[in-house]
Amino acid sequence: MEWLYMHMPISGVNIFWPGLVLIGFSVGVIGGFFGMGGAWMVTPGLNILGFPMAFAIGTDMAHIAGKSMISTVRHSKFGNVDYKLGIVMLAGTMVGIEIGAQIVMWLERIGLVGSVVRWVYVGFLALIAWMVFYDYAKAVGKKKKGLTDGEHGTEGVTWYKTLHKINIPPMMHFPHAGITCSAWLPIMVSMVTGMLAGFLGIGGGLLRMPALIYLIGCPTHISVGTDLFEVMISGLYGAFTFAMKGRIEMVAVFVMLTGAAIGAQIGTIATKYAKGYGIRVAFGLAVLACMVSIILKQFKFNAPAAVIILGAIAAICLWIMKIMFQGAAQELREKKAGAGQA
Amino acid sequence: MRKRMWKLLPLILALPAVLPGLAWAAGGKAADLVVVADTRVLTNSVLYYFADVYNMNPTLNAVWAVVLTAIYGSFLGFFMDFLMSRTGLDLKSRKIVEH
Repeated sequence: MEWLYMHMPISGVNIFWPGLVLIGFSVGVIGGFFGMGGAWMVTPGLNILGFPMAFAIGTDMAHIAGKSMISTVRHSKFGNVDYKLGIVMLAGTMVGIEIGAQIVMWLERIGLVGSVVRWVYVGFLALIAWMVFYDYAKAVGKKKKGLTDGEHGTEGVTWYKTLHKINIPPMMHFPHAGITCSAWLPIMVSMVTGMLAGFLGIGGGLLRMPALIYLIGCPTHISVGTDLFEVMISGLYGAFTFAMKGRIEMVAVFVMLTGAAIGAQIGTIATKYAKGYGIRVAFGLAVLACMVSIILKQFKFNAPAAVIILGAIAAICLWIMKIMFQGAAQELREKKAGAGQA
Repeated sequence: MRKRMWKLLPLILALPAVLPGLAWAAGGKAADLVVVADTRVLTNSVLYYFADVYNMNPTLNAVWAVVLTAIYGSFLGFFMDFLMSRTGLDLKSRKIVEH
């Protein structure tokens, strides 16, 4: 069975390469569906395969950049990427990340960084999960009463409507997202999410995707595509800095990207057959799994933490694949029936 | 033109100040650890070249990492798009329904 192991030229370890393909595939499916990089899934996976931790994060970062590129191409064809909004937000994200990193350095100096960062992370994950499920419950209630909010159907939380009333120039129109608001709204929102990302040491898709929906008012599908565009750019920069530090194993990146190429198609096309709230609720469940896993890790239950993360990844991945294959089969059947009638 | 410049001003002002910060967001500060790739065991000339660049020139190694990731990512993106367009699925339009 030696052929199932591949020699990594930089780190010098032999890695079970089908495992790398599987990680790439799963993260491609989940990332393409939710619009995030998925570092929280890849890093523990690489570690379990035997990758030295020093290389796991950097390798993960380069893989996320390439994978987001594949998903962005597909989302862009669907019209799910608002490039104008993405570029405006990029400015805020970068400033925010720098501020977050400065706060972390200050916490490092006073010796509090580890526990504070972890518990703030857990707090924010709990907040996001609450927001998603509260929004869903509200939307279900409104739908039962027959209330709708516009062209996209019923919405639960509409905080963005209040924020759109802020009238500070320059006002900007974002055509794909279909919103007009003060340019300062996306800049400030992305600055805050960037600050949290910098503070928590994560890519930020986990925070930016719900912020795009609830605070900026993007439809769910546009939030997913636009967020992936941002992840792609920040991932490429991350790849550069980690490569400078010698923390990237490019052979592993290429193997994972091959799996991600197929996974990203499935995840991205599945968004076509899913309703916005289906994506939001599954995202909430993924966030919950991530939160439970971090809490378990905090109390040194490393094995159960890995089981929860990997179990959640497998379950969500299978669910997304089911949506995609059922939807595609239905579409092809309808096309065939239409052609038969003609 | 002036209107467009005004719209882009926040972006232009923000860019130079922030790039180094992304390193942290990319996953935290790595420990000061020096890893040397063992080129003696490599027989493949391409792998040998990249392992050698890794040992000798970190900047070139970083440039290669970004360029190769971008090229392979876009290649796979467009190649998969070509393959998927042959499945008969409509991959250019979708209906946004929230609930």
